[in-house]
Amino acid sequence: MSMKVKNIFETMEYGPAPESASEAMAWIKDHNKSFDLFINGKWHPPLSKKYFKSVNPATEQKLADISEANEKDVDKAVKAAKKAVTNWVEIGGHARARYLYAIARQIQKHARLFSVLESLDNGKPIRETRDIDIPLVARHFYYHAGWAQLRDQEFKKYKEIGVIGQIIPWNFPLLMLAWKIAPALAMGNTIVLKPAEYTSLTALLFAEICAQINLPAGVVNIVTGHGNTGAAIVNHPQVDKIAFTGSTDVGRIIRKSTAGTGKKISLELGGKSPFIVFEDADLDSVVEGVVDAIWFNQGQVCCAGSRLLVQESIAKRLYKKIRARMEKLRIGDALDKSIDIGAIIAPVQLKTIEELVQQGVEEGSTLWQPSWSCPKDGYFYPPTLFTDVSPSSTIAQVEIFGPVLVAMTFRTHSEAIKLANNTRYGLAASLWTENINLALDMAPKIKAGTVWINTTNIFDAASGFGGYRESGFGREGGKEGLYEYVKLRLEEELDTKPIPRLKARKKTETSSSHANGIPAIDRTSKMYIGGKQSRPDGGYSMPIHSVNGRFLGEVSKGNRKDIRNAVEAANTSAHWTQLTGHSRAQILYYIAENLTAREAEFTDRICQMLETDPEDAGREVAQSIDRLYTYAAWADKYDGQVHHTIHRNVTLAMPEPFGVMAIICPDEYPLLGFISTIIPAITMGNRVVVVPSEKFPFSATDFYQVLETSDMPGGTINIITGQKEELSLVLAKHDDVDAIWYFGTKKGSKDIEYLSADNMKRTWVNHGKVRNWFDEDQGAGESFLGRASQVKNIWIPYGA
Amino acid sequence: MAISQDKTTRDKKRVSESDSHMRNPGMPFDIDMFQDININRSAVERRVATLGKRRSVKKEWQAAWLLRAITCIDLTTLAGDDTEGNVIRLCAKAKQPVRTDLLKALGMEEANIQVGAVCVYHNLIKTAKQALQDTKIPIAAVSTGFPAGQISLDQKIRQIKKSVAAGATEIDIVINRAHVLLSDWKSLYHEVAKYREACGDAHMKTILATGELSTLTNVAKASYVCMMAGADFIKTSTGKESVNATLAVSLVMVRMIREYFENTGFKVGFKPAGGIRHAKQALEWLILIKEELGDEWLHTSLFRFGASSLLGDIERQLEHHVTGRYSASYRHPMG
Repeated sequence: MSMKVKNIFETMEYGPAPESASEAMAWIKDHNKSFDLFINGKWHPPLSKKYFKSVNPATEQKLADISEANEKDVDKAVKAAKKAVTNWVEIGGHARARYLYAIARQIQKHARLFSVLESLDNGKPIRETRDIDIPLVARHFYYHAGWAQLRDQEFKKYKEIGVIGQIIPWNFPLLMLAWKIAPALAMGNTIVLKPAEYTSLTALLFAEICAQINLPAGVVNIVTGHGNTGAAIVNHPQVDKIAFTGSTDVGRIIRKSTAGTGKKISLELGGKSPFIVFEDADLDSVVEGVVDAIWFNQGQVCCAGSRLLVQESIAKRLYKKIRARMEKLRIGDALDKSIDIGAIIAPVQLKTIEELVQQGVEEGSTLWQPSWSCPKDGYFYPPTLFTDVSPSSTIAQVEIFGPVLVAMTFRTHSEAIKLANNTRYGLAASLWTENINLALDMAPKIKAGTVWINTTNIFDAASGFGGYRESGFGREGGKEGLYEYVKLRLEEELDTKPIPRLKARKKTETSSSHANGIPAIDRTSKMYIGGKQSRPDGGYSMPIHSVNGRFLGEVSKGNRKDIRNAVEAANTSAHWTQLTGHSRAQILYYIAENLTAREAEFTDRICQMLETDPEDAGREVAQSIDRLYTYAAWADKYDGQVHHTIHRNVTLAMPEPFGVMAIICPDEYPLLGFISTIIPAITMGNRVVVVPSEKFPFSATDFYQVLETSDMPGGTINIITGQKEELSLVLAKHDDVDAIWYFGTKKGSKDIEYLSADNMKRTWVNHGKVRNWFDEDQGAGESFLGRASQVKNIWIPYGA
Repeated sequence: MAISQDKTTRDKKRVSESDSHMRNPGMPFDIDMFQDININRSAVERRVATLGKRRSVKKEWQAAWLLRAITCIDLTTLAGDDTEGNVIRLCAKAKQPVRTDLLKALGMEEANIQVGAVCVYHNLIKTAKQALQDTKIPIAAVSTGFPAGQISLDQKIRQIKKSVAAGATEIDIVINRAHVLLSDWKSLYHEVAKYREACGDAHMKTILATGELSTLTNVAKASYVCMMAGADFIKTSTGKESVNATLAVSLVMVRMIREYFENTGFKVGFKPAGGIRHAKQALEWLILIKEELGDEWLHTSLFRFGASSLLGDIERQLEHHVTGRYSASYRHPMG
């Protein structure tokens, strides 16, 4: 010993600082190193009779055998969950709050066991599991214990969804479990959860805790296994919702296979998040930010800041600082308390990283790695910096999911935004500047669900987390995250039969009728694109008849090129989106005013088309004006929140428009159905491409004249008439459309959901069910605005 | 198996060279060197909050590191009731800070473990000099109207000169906080440059009194200006402010030392002072220095703790390391 002290005294080097694995290993041993499935509150050997091994990636040693659940196992779990729903709902919010509170307490009491087990199974540093993962898990259950308590008062219009199938990844095993389970339970749902095949152990320990606190049987079921197990959950008819975190490719499969089933889904997928550094940033702090962005959890983080965008003026200085810092990073066994980087989860992931890095070198980017080398046993990859990267490089586009940072430079603020948004993903962004004007100018312009200012990779239960674009949809955390686990009670009231209209008592006299033998002037209904009336690209028109088959006139027959033009127009006219809520309200009121001036004409049109009683038609127009007032009222009131997160910062939860929305209007209310769908969408700042009622389009084509007299910026509302199903499919497949609402058939709904998977459009479809648009709850309200927006959380730490 | 980044052979060489690095001569005042500095407090606090969690020093490593910490202590007494008696006692402790049986058990009896310096008020320099005459332990004197610095510049210069003449080899000066708060960087520079001149061969530690500088950005700029003016060390606090050495201000200051070194090639030392009482804290500071500045700065020539009670806690930890039993303070000779 003595020589050792003397040597260390001279070298001042670090030594090993191992966290003991003995308690965790004892726990595994107590289970004979073999784990069954947790179904209906009890442990069941898998009906598949198959097991697979879980390995410590830092040592390549096997830890335990894990059950492979097959379809029958999953069925058993889903049935248990289904059976448990009623009781779980009926015990009420307070009882559920007590259970969630008990879970939080148990996790804290066994925090170190969870931490060590997680590090063993995943290979991530014990510092991270001990100081980040597990405390956040406990926090998540505490926070949602609160929501369980408050649900009955705060969500009166909502009810639970039922059985939730949850599939989680291996990068934050227990934390992702918490993100999924806590809100679902709080809102009264029951759960079948599948942990990732590489990292099942903490989920199984969690199951034990559920049993310990006497959580009612069936409320939480844990089934382990591979992709097939997940597929069995996704495809099980009694699963009411799927919540998934993982790769975008698998997310797409889930979107497609649930299309048309009515299952709700929330997807938290991949990312290639920008880390933007402006020249006035605190560069030494930036360097630590980079460490937290890309060398946290070996870079296996969906929101890792993997694209470093640096203002050109400081790039060289910053790269030098980063390289110096990389030399000081320490890599090694997950249970060493003095390491920064642990092991990569599995050989297959390591191989992917190696191949992508190789590709980066081959494509001409400059690779830099520290001079020290990685341990030989275990799956390790050194921290890596690529410079001389261009946006067209593969490594700049593809999610590497490893400790690899690619750096690019920008000249101006607007170029920074362009580079940041030059990706299919949109999970998170981090931006660094000491200028608050700049920070708050940039944050809303970045397409990402989370924007961290002068910080990165910080999380809290009170803040929503989730993606834009192909990073998925839905939020986890915050009040916004709860809507993923409830549904409006009125959804159950909706029927497939349309609400009957009051028939006309006599044949309707219309203005287009001949008068005194002189023909009325022919009226041409055009389409409306970019603020201009527009003829159809194909040069065809189609006849329109009344409900009783009386010919009324013709409308343009729009085709895919008209859709293309309309989307283009919507995309290039951002003016509407930049207006304040007050300005949008002014224009919506003005529309209402101008519509009122033409109330008789619009009533007349409805009478012609539907052959309804004028009183009935008049009610539709009046209700449309009323609705315009509703959304004009909301325009400056549907605002965000400042979340109470646990760090010293302001966390702004801002509802933002998607951008371009496609809206396929219901057939049955020519004007009110049109107004009720497009107006909430534009209220939130979206620009829309609308396919009005195919059968009765004249209310919509008459409406553009109202728009033209109401100061509505061109390109905000674009109207394409024609065949609904054909046009809606073109829109569903259009990659520059961010969201789509569809009110039509069950079959059409399925197609829309299926086709939207490619660019992960946000969809809202009616599955063939009809709304009573006259009804204030069914036809309007905050839920429409929620579906027309997504919440961005902006974290702004402060302190001078 | 963690990979060690320490290059042992090179470091051994540094140990012998470390005492002889070239003194920072300072440089002409140049506002461009520091005016754009921006420190993000939240980010700095996050870094220091995780520093001690990212690195853990245990067992033999802990014992060795704590012994190194002792060699970096400016064993200090700065009290109104200081007398010859307690200063002589302090000097005796400085010469022999750890019980010899413990040193022997640690294999360090030959290592000549002594503290970095003894730090006193001017009036006690003479006493300390006598008490330490058979050693190489430097005598540091606080100066320039310590702690508040609210006396005239002439008096300050005279104080420095008198202390140097009395035998102080290190002078801990306090800066005029008003210059910082009024962003009068040029005046700060000139004043500190004058102190440096007055110090002559004695090494100058510049106390920023960071607890009174309001912002971390001020701390950073003041650090840079003092180094430009020729500080051999920059030091956090007098120990008399309401907030003294914190890891956050230390991080900001050592980053400035690194910046200054990269810009000029001169190494400036760092001395956190006030409030460092526990061995665990000492380890955190050593980790901070090792991570941000490198092993070269982990020597008494470039790093000091300004502390009076830290040594006692370190002694207890060392005995615990040797015996496996938790120690009591009365088992260690007082200073």
